[in-house]
Amino acid sequence: MTEIPHLLVHEHQDSVGVIVIEGLEAGTDMLVCVTHDDPAESAKGNSVFRLTAGMSAPIGHKIALKDLKKGDTVFKYGEDIGIITADVKKGDHVHTHNCKTKRW
Amino acid sequence: MSDLSNITFKGFRRDNDRVGVRNHVLILPLDDISNAACEAVANNIKGTLAIPHAYGRLQFGEDLDLHFRTIIGTGANPNVAAVVVIGIEPGWTKRVVDGIALTGKPVQGFSIEQNGDLRTIMDASRAAKDMMHYASELQREECSISELWVSTKCGESDTTTGLGSCPTVGNMYDKLLPVGIYGCFGETSEITGAEHICQKRAINDEVGGRWYNMWKAYQDDVIFAHQTDDLSDSQPTKGNIEGGLTTIEEKALGNLEKIGRTSKYIDILEPAEEPKSGKGLYFMDSSSAAAECVTLMAAGGYVVHTFPTGQGNVVGNPIVPVIKITANPRTVRTMSEHVDVDVSGILRRDMTIDEAGDSLINMIRRTANGRHTAAEALGHREFSMTKLYRSA
Repeated sequence: MTEIPHLLVHEHQDSVGVIVIEGLEAGTDMLVCVTHDDPAESAKGNSVFRLTAGMSAPIGHKIALKDLKKGDTVFKYGEDIGIITADVKKGDHVHTHNCKTKRW
Repeated sequence: MSDLSNITFKGFRRDNDRVGVRNHVLILPLDDISNAACEAVANNIKGTLAIPHAYGRLQFGEDLDLHFRTIIGTGANPNVAAVVVIGIEPGWTKRVVDGIALTGKPVQGFSIEQNGDLRTIMDASRAAKDMMHYASELQREECSISELWVSTKCGESDTTTGLGSCPTVGNMYDKLLPVGIYGCFGETSEITGAEHICQKRAINDEVGGRWYNMWKAYQDDVIFAHQTDDLSDSQPTKGNIEGGLTTIEEKALGNLEKIGRTSKYIDILEPAEEPKSGKGLYFMDSSSAAAECVTLMAAGGYVVHTFPTGQGNVVGNPIVPVIKITANPRTVRTMSEHVDVDVSGILRRDMTIDEAGDSLINMIRRTANGRHTAAEALGHREFSMTKLYRSA
């Protein structure tokens, strides 16, 4: 792969990906890569897709891969990492302002 | 990497047949009020190392046991060649000396009452000087990598630790545990959110059940006993949140990447407890605060520590080299002096986890051979005792 990805996703069923470049700007046509897949699957192109960034956000922060509604469970690593507390559009920033643990 | 079992390093073989990668002469205070004398001795005798700390008086019960286990374990660690112990009175001082002496290494105790600081410092300095001559003539010898004890704990985590630096440590364990090393992970509180997965990573149901009971006891006795509303201000930390981590579940799942894909833990250790069930991976019941956790694992006998970080935790340890690994390109750009292994290529997809694991193994070997880590070069010697409850 020659183009550096903007967003990495752990598992296919995840609802969020992680920004892995500094200075991501709104409107960026992001290259998204699912890291779980083995190289053979990656070579077939099944583990990469494109997504438009809805807003700017720092490196390490999360972007929604699809529209998420209040009350939805957020999946990362293929696991439940919390609940959406305010609606999120595909491509937008997911963090403490719209997502929290279910534990407390 | 080709056959890992053929990898060797040059280490210090001790009388108890454990292998160290450093050769410290320690000036070890039993208690907080002996710190000044220890620091004076270390100032007199060049090359020795005092490790002042905050505790050791009027502790009792399990908390006192942990204090002795930590102090004795630190002196007994194979990275230490010889030890001077100084305490305010002879009774507990002797208990530490006797514990360390079981390793066969030179150890001598001094107590301050009825001597004063100045006489104690003079007598202890003479002993420390003899130990320095002894230690400085010890030679490194060829050892198999299987003789290494390698611990891990991550800090200032962010989303890149779960993507890159923690899986790098996991890949190292998946490769080196089968060769015969001792491994150790812990951070009881930070497994919260992934406890169902961690329990399944035990070698069998009995060990997994004991692990779960240990984790549950922490929840009940510490978290629920002391929480004000929730842990949101503490877990994830402000640094974690700045780095993009939103929930404790997300943090825990990234944390657990450190034990790789195939590794299973074979037993559970009390804080600072030495493993006794043979080679393999252990879980140590331990704080998630970096300096406390590394201190406990060092006291358990681990000689090299691997430390994945995202936002840039700078922790070190006085006796154990702490190898920093990061996948965060911003941290590499802004804090490069703290980074031993740069795996940011994983995020650019120009480095595989397998390659990153090999590069960490190579850095472990170089560190074991004597290369000073970033934390050692920068003088990070955090020695932080874990205290369980208020003293008497």
